[in-house]
Amino acid sequence: MSLFEHGVKNLHTLVKDGEVKVSELVQESFDRIDRVDGKIGAFLSLNEDAFEQAKRMDEIAKHEANPLFGLPIGVKDNIVTKGMTTTCGSKFLENFVPAHDATVVERLHEAGAITIGKLNMDEFAMGSSNENSAYKPVRNPWNTKHVPGGSSGGSAAAVAAGEVLFSLGSDTGGSIRQPAAYCGVVGLKPTYGLVSRYGLVAFASSLDQIGPLTRTVEDNAYLLSAIAGHCDMDSTSANVNPTDYTQALTGDIKGLKIAVPKEYFGEGISEGVKENIRAAIKKLESLGATVDEVSLPNSKYALATYYLLASSEASSNLARFDGIRYGVRAEADALEDVFKYSRAQGFGDEVKRRIMLGTYALSSGYYDAYYKKAQQARTLIKHDFDQVLANYDVIIGPTAPTPAFELGAQNDDPVTMYANDILTIPINLAGVPAISVPAGLVDGLPVGLQIIGKHFDEATIYRAAHAFELATGGFALPKL
Amino acid sequence: MNFETVIGIEVHAELNTNTKMFCGCAREYGAETNTKTCPICLGHPGVLPKINEKAVELAVRAAMALNCHVADQTKFDRKNYFYPDTPKAYQISQFDQPIGFDGYIDAEVDGETKRFRIERVHLEEDAGKMNHTGANHSVVDFNRTGAPLIEIVSEADMRSPKEAVAYLERLKEVLQYAGVSDVKMEEGSLRCDCNISVRPYGQEKFGTKTELKNLNSFGNVLKGLEFEEDRHRKLLLSGGVMRQETLRFDETKKQTVLMRVKEGASDYRYFPEPDLVKLVLDHDWKEAIRAGIPELPDARRVRYQEALGLSAYDAKQLTVTREMAEYFEATIAAGAEPKAAANWTVGEVQGHLNKSTETFDTIKLTPARLAEMIELIAGGTISSKIAKQVFTAVIEQGVEPRAYVEEQGLAQISDEGLLRGLVVEMFEANPAVVEELVNGRDRKKGFVIGQIMKKTKGMANPALLDQLFYEELEKLK
Amino acid sequence: MAKINEEQVRHVAHLARLAVTDEEVQQFTVQLEKILGFAEQLNELDTTGIEPTTHVLDLKNVLRKDEVRPSLPRTEVERLAPDWEDGQVRVPAVFE
Repeated sequence: MSLFEHGVKNLHTLVKDGEVKVSELVQESFDRIDRVDGKIGAFLSLNEDAFEQAKRMDEIAKHEANPLFGLPIGVKDNIVTKGMTTTCGSKFLENFVPAHDATVVERLHEAGAITIGKLNMDEFAMGSSNENSAYKPVRNPWNTKHVPGGSSGGSAAAVAAGEVLFSLGSDTGGSIRQPAAYCGVVGLKPTYGLVSRYGLVAFASSLDQIGPLTRTVEDNAYLLSAIAGHCDMDSTSANVNPTDYTQALTGDIKGLKIAVPKEYFGEGISEGVKENIRAAIKKLESLGATVDEVSLPNSKYALATYYLLASSEASSNLARFDGIRYGVRAEADALEDVFKYSRAQGFGDEVKRRIMLGTYALSSGYYDAYYKKAQQARTLIKHDFDQVLANYDVIIGPTAPTPAFELGAQNDDPVTMYANDILTIPINLAGVPAISVPAGLVDGLPVGLQIIGKHFDEATIYRAAHAFELATGGFALPKL
Repeated sequence: MNFETVIGIEVHAELNTNTKMFCGCAREYGAETNTKTCPICLGHPGVLPKINEKAVELAVRAAMALNCHVADQTKFDRKNYFYPDTPKAYQISQFDQPIGFDGYIDAEVDGETKRFRIERVHLEEDAGKMNHTGANHSVVDFNRTGAPLIEIVSEADMRSPKEAVAYLERLKEVLQYAGVSDVKMEEGSLRCDCNISVRPYGQEKFGTKTELKNLNSFGNVLKGLEFEEDRHRKLLLSGGVMRQETLRFDETKKQTVLMRVKEGASDYRYFPEPDLVKLVLDHDWKEAIRAGIPELPDARRVRYQEALGLSAYDAKQLTVTREMAEYFEATIAAGAEPKAAANWTVGEVQGHLNKSTETFDTIKLTPARLAEMIELIAGGTISSKIAKQVFTAVIEQGVEPRAYVEEQGLAQISDEGLLRGLVVEMFEANPAVVEELVNGRDRKKGFVIGQIMKKTKGMANPALLDQLFYEELEKLK
Repeated sequence: MAKINEEQVRHVAHLARLAVTDEEVQQFTVQLEKILGFAEQLNELDTTGIEPTTHVLDLKNVLRKDEVRPSLPRTEVERLAPDWEDGQVRVPAVFE
């Protein structure tokens, strides 16, 4: 049995009592990575100091009160780590070793978690299958012919494959929840502003959030409690005090008011997914929740809105990769060519495509028709959520339209690929929190249940997800 | 054909803050290259900007001092362009909601006051500094990157190079007085770009403009604009067509030199900065900022004339710089009579500073010492001749004027009894002289006074002596 | 609308400072047209009088005090720079 099956709460006691050594946990991670990561491809780099850190921590473990002390974590490679290569899955940053730590990494260090390594991802978090990593694709631990989802594919697969206890991902349009659904793990996108973005390499600043991926809802609540809360370095960080989210896990959802949007069971959602989600809703109802059908009429505009806004912000956010101060620099005599060829060589196709789209949408003469229009559409989409959430505690539906697809299956058409995020994108546009929890299998591949909550009401989401998890007996991990 | 010149000016002024606009790096001129940078101002992946409160307040101050409307709410935008000195490949600036707008300043041109309108004042961050080290390479120093700037855009209200300079001088004065900026052109904390065009009188449409950049002194602004004005006129007269160009002024050649021809408008793809939230400038905050603005030169000039009774000329002389005005006011506050304080400040004190590296802040003749010296003169303790000697001693050694006069025995003899005795004694000893004086031959007065001065080693109070001389002479008539 | 031609694609690539091959220009032209065509559906929405959303949170006046914080040692700037000369980042000549 893997030590990680204990979960955060038990492991904390075991570590404190000296029954499990931090070095054993680190050893467990490295052994597992050795054994399975050749098939999975979740890691881009490993922390060579992890054993040294573990030894030092073992000496002080019995005095440690923090639940995360000594627990092995994987960090998505778009979260900067001082002294550890941070590539964002891009050739452009192949040798980039940051001069500072992200706020979340600092907080993990303070909590005593040990960074095992940096996790594979779609280049600059742009993608839904992890096939856009410049290094290697990540494979789904449930079936290695299938994708793990993206862009936090490495973060989801590493947890599902038992390579780390838990991980951090980032979610701009579904990049935590969709891979969590595909890999059968728990993934939360917090409310925009709850977790500091300082040190998260920006894709779309107004949508990006860092969040936890874990085996269980309880572990997820532990990890969020460690990283959430106001950060002085992030002007868009909300004034929220640190909270212990595990307090919300009562197991009781009697009277919980659930809204189910009819749009989330429409065209393009596979029958298998619909079936599992309907069963999940029945389960919640049997636990005492009330369920009503509602409508989010503007959700159908979310995909177009998202691609215009996210690409526009990305075109500007990624302009700093110009070959002047760090990263790749192409050999060229003329300055303009240094810019153009460094970027052409450093970026992959999907990144270029989105930079092109965003540059076009912001350019003179098109701003009002595309960027501003999309910002207005965003207002309407957000309004839909505000209205429903004024009357309900949570909104529930599937996380993704289908289970994980096969590698290479959707590479021909960007618009088809983008449609994988159709159920997660509206949540980022509205800025509300949402979790994906495992809700059964279809043809041996996991399906994710998405629970969406009110601004800064992660507690209710966790309570619902936890009750569901208890009622379904939790979820097994794949055999590898 | 007669032509009219039209000039508009964009000024960039670096704000007087300790740190940069969006990070905590020190804003320091002349530091070793690339030692005042951090991941934020270098645009490393993952960093976020945070607004410097002081920079906002100084920008609001500037807007107020330039008679602008100050926005109730404003925001920042990204201006996207690639250049090695611009790390993020965008500059955080303000696009459609400048912090201040619709302002003006009044400046004097050829003895007449003219109003120049200001379109907008907005906040932004500075770029780094590039140097050209050889034929093939340039190098970049990022110390200046991210320093807080305000950009002040005038309306195209200047009708001659002279007016342009008058506007700039006035603007510089206001920014300096308001404590907004160092306004040192030689250090780049004040930079200006001028747009100039020429059109036939009576024509409403502006002519094709050219832009003069990198002007490093007001002298060069004048020369550069005069050169351009002349070039435009000649070209138009000869039937030529002006191109939209950017030029610089070459000091050695004394002419403008083409930098580049402008092709269409640049596409900066402005959009709201998603990493920063809005700024709301409410009434209380604005008023707190307004209350902190030091008195501006115009107001001081009026006060100097009305409350202190100084001439318009003196008032103007004293307010050339804020440092001088404050020195003068401190001298009055220490008890000096205004006219005398004014004379000394613009005369001897300024004269000394012109020749030395000292400033009004570091000069050994502090306002308190100057006031003491002026009191010694006014009270008749020292003559103006001795005052020069005392002035030199204070300037050089930092001595206290009254103590110095006493130690050196430089005090005038103003003892009426003593001086009267000397006059009487002199009259008694020289009856022939007295007779001539009584008969109205005044030229012998010099002899008497001279003798008494000789006896007192020149320390007799001349005015008092003069008065006693006539009193005693009258008694003999 | 949403007719995008190769010339526009080249212009956009220049604005974005991306070197593109002829093949890429063709490819981007087709793909951007498709994506923008998809985005046209937003025209169905009546957005008259609707405020654009830049931030989902209603935060204001997030400011820092004007206090100096340590800068990076210059060696860190040098370490990351692709080309360096005597304390400064070196780039191909910029002529002005």
